[in-house]
Amino acid sequence: MALSNVLDSPAAGFNFDNAARNAAFEGLFEGGQTPKPLKTGTTIAGVVFKDGVVLGADTRATSSEVVADKMCAKIHYISPNIYCCGAGTAADTEKTTDLLSSNLTVFSLNSGRNPRVVMAVNILQDMLYRYHGQIGANLILGGVDCTGNHLYTVGPYGSVNKVPYLAMGSGDLAALGILEDGFQHDLELEKAKKLVRDAVHSGIMNDLGSGNNIDICVITAEGVDYIRPFQESEFKDRREIKYKYRQGTTPVLTKKITPLKMEVVQETTQKMETV
Amino acid sequence: MAAASMMPIFSQNVSSNSDLVPEWSRQEVSTGTTIMAVEYDGGVVVGADSRTTTGAYIANRVTDKLTRIHDRIYCCRSGSAADTQAIAEVVSYQLGFHSIELDEPPLVETAAHLFRASCYRYREELMAGILVAGWDRRKGGQVYCVPIGGMLVRQPVSVGGSGSSYIYGFMDSNYKPGLSKDQCLDLTTKALTLAMERDGSSGGVVRLATISEDGVERRVILGDQLPKFSTH
Repeated sequence: MALSNVLDSPAAGFNFDNAARNAAFEGLFEGGQTPKPLKTGTTIAGVVFKDGVVLGADTRATSSEVVADKMCAKIHYISPNIYCCGAGTAADTEKTTDLLSSNLTVFSLNSGRNPRVVMAVNILQDMLYRYHGQIGANLILGGVDCTGNHLYTVGPYGSVNKVPYLAMGSGDLAALGILEDGFQHDLELEKAKKLVRDAVHSGIMNDLGSGNNIDICVITAEGVDYIRPFQESEFKDRREIKYKYRQGTTPVLTKKITPLKMEVVQETTQKMETV
Repeated sequence: MAAASMMPIFSQNVSSNSDLVPEWSRQEVSTGTTIMAVEYDGGVVVGADSRTTTGAYIANRVTDKLTRIHDRIYCCRSGSAADTQAIAEVVSYQLGFHSIELDEPPLVETAAHLFRASCYRYREELMAGILVAGWDRRKGGQVYCVPIGGMLVRQPVSVGGSGSSYIYGFMDSNYKPGLSKDQCLDLTTKALTLAMERDGSSGGVVRLATISEDGVERRVILGDQLPKFSTH
């Protein structure tokens, strides 16, 4: 871990610095609901195929029953050869993957090597276990490194599973049905992409929390193909009128300029020491 | 990519009724399980089912609950998946370090004591029931049981996990001291199958491992190859 820490390893045990602040927050809402963390109902899936790993995700982010973002990116960059899909609390998945990505970049720079998928998994597991489920991140990590093609899932409590195909999120039961039926070892690229696309599509069709477009990310030894969107939603709205207004549409009635009076309060000069 | 990757973080979410996220995905992953370990003259046989559940959902149906701690020492994990994985990693590290210091293969008893030390010290925070089994030169094949709470006891045969309740009768009537390796394998397979039939949290395939002086032999028995028992 010495080579790969952006921040120092935190001290052992829980950090309760924010407990007092959180208790004060409860008071502010006068018995009402404190804001709950945003969970994006999601369908994410991953499959190991002959030459690498295919990851897929839908692109809907919801805030209760309103679609907050129709094109949100759930496949996060970790390193040039590792990508991660995130389900669960939106902020947690975003920040956890960012931190992981920074740590692995530092590691690459320090050691001169490409990070291995198992490294990413170990760092994640370490961190999530330390927080005992308080970080609500369900992650699917996929990547290709010198030891082969790997697909792992890490749960919020820090449990790790290594499997050839996976689905996570609220739509995972629907997606898993498709994967269980269609998965075979050593699939060809196009079949693998189609399988993942079908799985995410099933999640979109059968789960209210998933929808809009489908993103696909193909990782092979040659490189990464991040296809965003792989498939656009069949039910897209077409805006009938333009919402852009040309300059001058709103007439200017009056103009008043007030210069801000700034006075010099203090001026100090320090000579730079030169050898 | 930079512009598209901003995840909207809404701080006001007053009426959040997380129906979109099912109940089971918020529960901790548990290995509701059946695990078993038997001693024979010259080694041990360990076995486990392969189901990991999150509430009522099977998170992994091909889990490997037989975790290598050292070349001739394995542990069978039951309880919380995260807790047991973490403990197993810590103990593997400690045992590996100890073995390098001694320049000798470690004793099974040492591994069992390391497990017990962690499980007992953090007994309030952890939920882990572990069977430690292996072979060493001093005492041959040994099985140690470290259940939830952090007890340590050596037994010739031990079962653990939620499915173990259903097979105590079978074990008591079918185990005799002095069984051969193949008889142990057969006993373990039958016991695990019976438990998997009755316990909802156990299932999948049966994973077996035989640990002896010559090394570790691993085997998987798939669902359709399991012995068949019929009550109807």
